[in-house]
Amino acid sequence: MAILTGIAASNGVAIAKAYTLETPDLSYETKKVDDIDTEVNRLHDALTVSKKELEKIKENARLSLGDEHAEIFSAHLLVLSDPELITPMEDKIKNDNVNAEKALDDVANMFIDMFKGMDNEYMRERAADIQDVTKRVMAHLLQVTFPDPALIDEEVVIIAEDLTPSDTAQLNKQFVKGFTTNIGGRTSHSAIMARSLEIPAVVGTKTVTEDVSEGDIVVVDGIDGKVIINPTEEELATYKQKQADFEKQKEIWAQLKDEPTISKDGEHVELVANIGTPDDVVGVLNNGGEGVGLYRTEFLYMGNSDFPTEDEQFEAYSSVLKQMGDKPVVVRTLDIGGDKELSYLDLPKEMNPFLGFRAIRLCLERDDIFRTQLRALLRASVHGNLKIMFPMIATLDEFRSAKALLLEEKDNLKAEGVEVSDDIEVGIMVEIPATAVIARQFAKEVDFFSIGTNDLIQYTLAADRMNERVSYLYQPYHPAILNLVNNVIEAAHAEGKWAGMCGEMAGDSIAIPILLGLGLDEFSMSATSILPARAQIKDLSKEELRSYKDELLSMSTADEVEAFIREKTNQ
Amino acid sequence: MAAEKTITITDSTGVHARPATVLVNKAGNFSSDVTVEYNGKSVNLKSIMGVMSLGIPKDAEIKIVAEGADEDEAIEAIYATVKETGLGE
Repeated sequence: MAILTGIAASNGVAIAKAYTLETPDLSYETKKVDDIDTEVNRLHDALTVSKKELEKIKENARLSLGDEHAEIFSAHLLVLSDPELITPMEDKIKNDNVNAEKALDDVANMFIDMFKGMDNEYMRERAADIQDVTKRVMAHLLQVTFPDPALIDEEVVIIAEDLTPSDTAQLNKQFVKGFTTNIGGRTSHSAIMARSLEIPAVVGTKTVTEDVSEGDIVVVDGIDGKVIINPTEEELATYKQKQADFEKQKEIWAQLKDEPTISKDGEHVELVANIGTPDDVVGVLNNGGEGVGLYRTEFLYMGNSDFPTEDEQFEAYSSVLKQMGDKPVVVRTLDIGGDKELSYLDLPKEMNPFLGFRAIRLCLERDDIFRTQLRALLRASVHGNLKIMFPMIATLDEFRSAKALLLEEKDNLKAEGVEVSDDIEVGIMVEIPATAVIARQFAKEVDFFSIGTNDLIQYTLAADRMNERVSYLYQPYHPAILNLVNNVIEAAHAEGKWAGMCGEMAGDSIAIPILLGLGLDEFSMSATSILPARAQIKDLSKEELRSYKDELLSMSTADEVEAFIREKTNQ
Repeated sequence: MAAEKTITITDSTGVHARPATVLVNKAGNFSSDVTVEYNGKSVNLKSIMGVMSLGIPKDAEIKIVAEGADEDEAIEAIYATVKETGLGE
């Protein structure tokens, strides 16, 4: 028995057998072979099994993520049938009398080197595709298990160094009960995905891959951020109870599903959800979301080999809008660049990606990319209650330019005879301190604000949120943050506009009372946080919290703020 | 005798993984040898890695050549696919 502590990334308790997701040892010995036919057959058998697996992965991806995401596996399948790959391998076995492993490795490396040597980032990345598929074949030749999340067909807890977006995309909730990783934080991609999949997760344990062996029984306590390896009978009973309690709590929350969010003193606020794909809408509706407060459109662009076309985007946006009916859907335009790279968009490496060429900065320069997205959004606008927001706005000029492009495309579409809604609100994400400071000036021109706290905190405290050594500076309750947030809300209300928040902070049980008191209108969070937040707000008095406002804003430290709120709200 | 067709790529991102997959699958339906020529290099159109290795960009002129029993049908079908998918003309 051993207990590890990590970061609670997604609520709930999972108890199941460990499944380690890591590439096995694929080293091999070069051997001379005499029976050439047998060796060629071994190669073909390994190729056939690998193709069958890829077919299955492709089908899974198609069902869970749609045709779009499944396409990449069509290309992988073609690699395994490629005559230019297979014939040289056969020749190598026949002419050099080497084993299939050696033939595979040599020929694959030749192609990998060729692609790596090309002067185009997109092509260089294809080397990784070839590597992926040949690794699978090699594993079959060596008869070692090649872990594949999509092939899991029994209940497990996944153990990994980290999970890539495509790993997480392939997880089947029916069998994957939870996961735990060595690295990552609450806002890392795998954590966000865990919450949208509603599976318990603990990230950042540092050593879980070393401490767990295949087949161990593992408890993932996503409520308190603990991982228990091979629990005793007693502990197992405790955690089964905790799991049952959590399920019961969820049932109580579920009763609030179709109710509006009303504070104890009768004030309504809107609880909405952050989503990444049209598939996430089901989770929003199941969790009683009153709308979508942040639709991150970059998932359409990431994990893809090409820019999504206008029609592909139109399909995705319309699907979300239609599913949400008349509920509001705030779509954030493309936030890419800096640390979020696209394989097919060649951008130079930057020293400070978070301060670099990204989001609206990139979109205004590459207006061809931006216009395609705007047209798709405008066309989709007739299918629901669309609101558009621009990310990373630092100056009014940027907002004006972006809005001008939007209006231009609207006119173009109308001239082409395409129907476009006339009631689209256009707002901005407030994540740059400069914008929060002059929110009053912005409020005259925008229709709404949505405060993106993840970035606002890192820019205000000048602390990279990916850097663990300065993670103590990631302080949502820092009085500077509260003052900026307050400034934005007051500015919005002075002009009769609304202010929302779409960072992790909006779903945090300490931050919720503060934000309610500051007058925030809309709280956008992971879908699974909505019902707990609704239950919490039901017991809070907005009037009472408003009376603490001046005191809170003049506090000196985040700890002071937290202690004060804990005391006032009995947490 | 071989059948051939010259095509101009109009897709803004050129012949990337997705269109390459479609073309290779299409070429694989025919018994003829099918090649694609670009920039002085000729590769097997039934090979995804061959096609990708050409790195064909937008506005490129490529030549598709088929040789074999069903060469005319092959060229016709591949050209139709190129047009349908908006890859080129």
